[in-house]
Amino acid sequence: MSQISETKNEKSSEISRFLSFFKNLGIKIKNGFLKFGNRFKDGSIGTKLSHLIMGSGNLYHKQIAKGLIFLVLQIAFLFIFITSPEVNSTPLGFKSIINFITLGTEEGDIFNPTDNSMLMLLFGVIVFGLIGLFLAAYSSNIKSSYKADLDKRKGKKPTTFKQDIELLLDERFHIAMLTPAIIGILIFTILPTIFMILIAFTNFDSQHPAGQVLFDWVGLKNFADIFSGTGEISVRFGPVLGWTLVWAFFATSTNYIGGILLALLINKKGIKLKKLWRTVFILTIALPQFISLLAMRNLLSEYGPINAMLLELGLTDAPISFLSNAESAWTARITIIVINIWIGVPYTMLMTSGILMNVPTELYEAAQIDGATKKQAFFNITIPYILFVTTPYLITSFIGNITSFNVIYLLTGGGPGVPGYKAGETDLLVTWLYKLTIDESEYNIGSVIAILTFIITASATLISYRRSKSFKEEDAFQ
Amino acid sequence: MISTSAPANKAVESNLVIGKKAKVPKSVKASRRTSLIVSYILLVVLTIIWLYPILWIFLNSIRVEYNSSNQLIGIVVSHYFPKSIGLENFRRLFTETLFPRWFLNTLMVSSVSFVLSTLLTLSVAYVMSKLKFSARKKFLSIAIILGLFPGFMSMIAIYYILKALQLTQTLFALMLVYSAGAGLGFYVAKGFFDIIPNSLLESARLDGATNSQIFAKIILPLSKPIIIYTALLAFIGPWMDFIFARVILGETNRELHTVAVGLYYMIYGERVDSNVFTMFTAGCVVVAIPIVTLFLSMQRYYIEGVTAGAVKG
Repeated sequence: MSQISETKNEKSSEISRFLSFFKNLGIKIKNGFLKFGNRFKDGSIGTKLSHLIMGSGNLYHKQIAKGLIFLVLQIAFLFIFITSPEVNSTPLGFKSIINFITLGTEEGDIFNPTDNSMLMLLFGVIVFGLIGLFLAAYSSNIKSSYKADLDKRKGKKPTTFKQDIELLLDERFHIAMLTPAIIGILIFTILPTIFMILIAFTNFDSQHPAGQVLFDWVGLKNFADIFSGTGEISVRFGPVLGWTLVWAFFATSTNYIGGILLALLINKKGIKLKKLWRTVFILTIALPQFISLLAMRNLLSEYGPINAMLLELGLTDAPISFLSNAESAWTARITIIVINIWIGVPYTMLMTSGILMNVPTELYEAAQIDGATKKQAFFNITIPYILFVTTPYLITSFIGNITSFNVIYLLTGGGPGVPGYKAGETDLLVTWLYKLTIDESEYNIGSVIAILTFIITASATLISYRRSKSFKEEDAFQ
Repeated sequence: MISTSAPANKAVESNLVIGKKAKVPKSVKASRRTSLIVSYILLVVLTIIWLYPILWIFLNSIRVEYNSSNQLIGIVVSHYFPKSIGLENFRRLFTETLFPRWFLNTLMVSSVSFVLSTLLTLSVAYVMSKLKFSARKKFLSIAIILGLFPGFMSMIAIYYILKALQLTQTLFALMLVYSAGAGLGFYVAKGFFDIIPNSLLESARLDGATNSQIFAKIILPLSKPIIIYTALLAFIGPWMDFIFARVILGETNRELHTVAVGLYYMIYGERVDSNVFTMFTAGCVVVAIPIVTLFLSMQRYYIEGVTAGAVKG
């Protein structure tokens, strides 16, 4: 009874937290505008002018270099935005916003090339990003000028350019350190991710190749197609998702248990040459996976040495098709899971070895005083300690296996195939997504699968992190 | 993470030893010996299983067998040990394929990208661990969310962005792609920096050191293991990855390939010669020797990183 009311309380507090988030957001926005207005009223002429011409406030305060930087930024932005220069014969500027909405109108004929809907979509996203960055620069321009105003009022001199640079190396060192990383992440992670999410809402597929046939927004149609009962995504989504989860479960658990057992074996008291044994297994980690997996694939082929050995030993009458047996998908699936043990166990072993060495000795001492036997100490201290410490690892490794690509792609390529569909029997969501986009140009479906994969991994992470003890106590250790 | 601080790896091999050595009865001694023997047998069997495929690659690379019409047999054969050996496969690899080119390409890409990504990773990790600023929490949660998106999801988009910048099918693009995401892989290094006591930094700050000086003069010298760990992974990455390289470089530009892509297409491309498997394995050996040597010599740092990273989550 009390438990039910507890969960209810938890839920209602979640909801109120959710609501207060929006309330706070509203207050923040309101305050933002108030601040904006106040600064305009209160600021010097330079600050007022900064609202129109960036950098004028800084120039007014004789912060020449800073002012010029802001001014150049504004001119460059407006120049690009208004003139909309063409890159790869697609405009980048205010026209991109129109194109972002229409995704191209020129069907193309002998004289005019077709509008490239894909580039239009991409440039639309880029221009929205540029506007965002420009607004950030705009706001910091006013802030900077207003700060100089305040400094002057207090009788201080406005900071010089040299001082600003020095600040970047100290108080504002985080800005200097993070900027390169953030630029990289913006261009190579965030921009592509947003772009691909948007593609899920278009009909960009093999029938609409970019630059040859226009494609357009289709709303939620691609998502609705999952339930339509026909077509690749609707028929194959369930089975692929099911296998992905089965794979992730077995790949994680076999590696985890195997790794711990192996670590216990190597670290067993009395075993000599521990380092040598460990090195044997580290070899697997050091060897690039494309080498070891492609070797496995050939070792297990019908004319390979393993089949020859099995034939010779009389264990089988005909060569076994380990990885491409079309009659029973489970032959390939089990083979993959077994090979994955070869790949993954050394990694868990290394990690667990490290943890075994770090079990706090006080625990053993206390157990010894209480008269515990070694066996008891092992099962009541060592094992629980390993489990406790590795819970976060278990979660990340489950997520990692959902999105693991190399093992499946290099071993079977998703095969054995399912007639009529691109997704084979051993395809995971990610290898399916790869096939659909890279090989088949079905970008929109691929993108839908990516979004669904993200939803699965994200919710799995959230749920498990919330429940795992070690996460709750994470701060306690810092 | 008090319990897993870095120097602990140097600790005694096993803490499982409990208590002082008491007098052990003979029967216990005997059973302990059998259990040890069983353990050794198990270890030997496992070692054979783990080395079986690796040794096979090596044996194939030196296998030089001819068929009745005096042609080199390059396909997968059913016998494990070669009937005659030689270096013919390596000679062919270096003279008849673009392998030397691929090797240099990969070396170039990984040399540049490992410097860039190490710098990015360490700087983000330091900022996240030791500097307190308003957007810190936000950045952390955004990084976690971004990490959950499947990497290939953005691959196509990256391809088109590079194309718009007219950078596709260049090694420079590959360097950019490998280094650009490094800012998100800061967790392990952050976990390491978290262990460095804040009091150390505070006393330096009292002496008038700026944050940049603290980073260069205190943090970096203390962080040798994690610098090596980060650099090692970043350097090895391009030798191992073939997904991004494949999408960005394409199949047709053979002279631009990295070793992974080049060797993959050697046996699984659109136009493959089925008789090149031994040559492929020779390529694998040439790639594996430096990488494995590098890796094994840096083993200690790798283990430290893995342990810290896993526990940190």
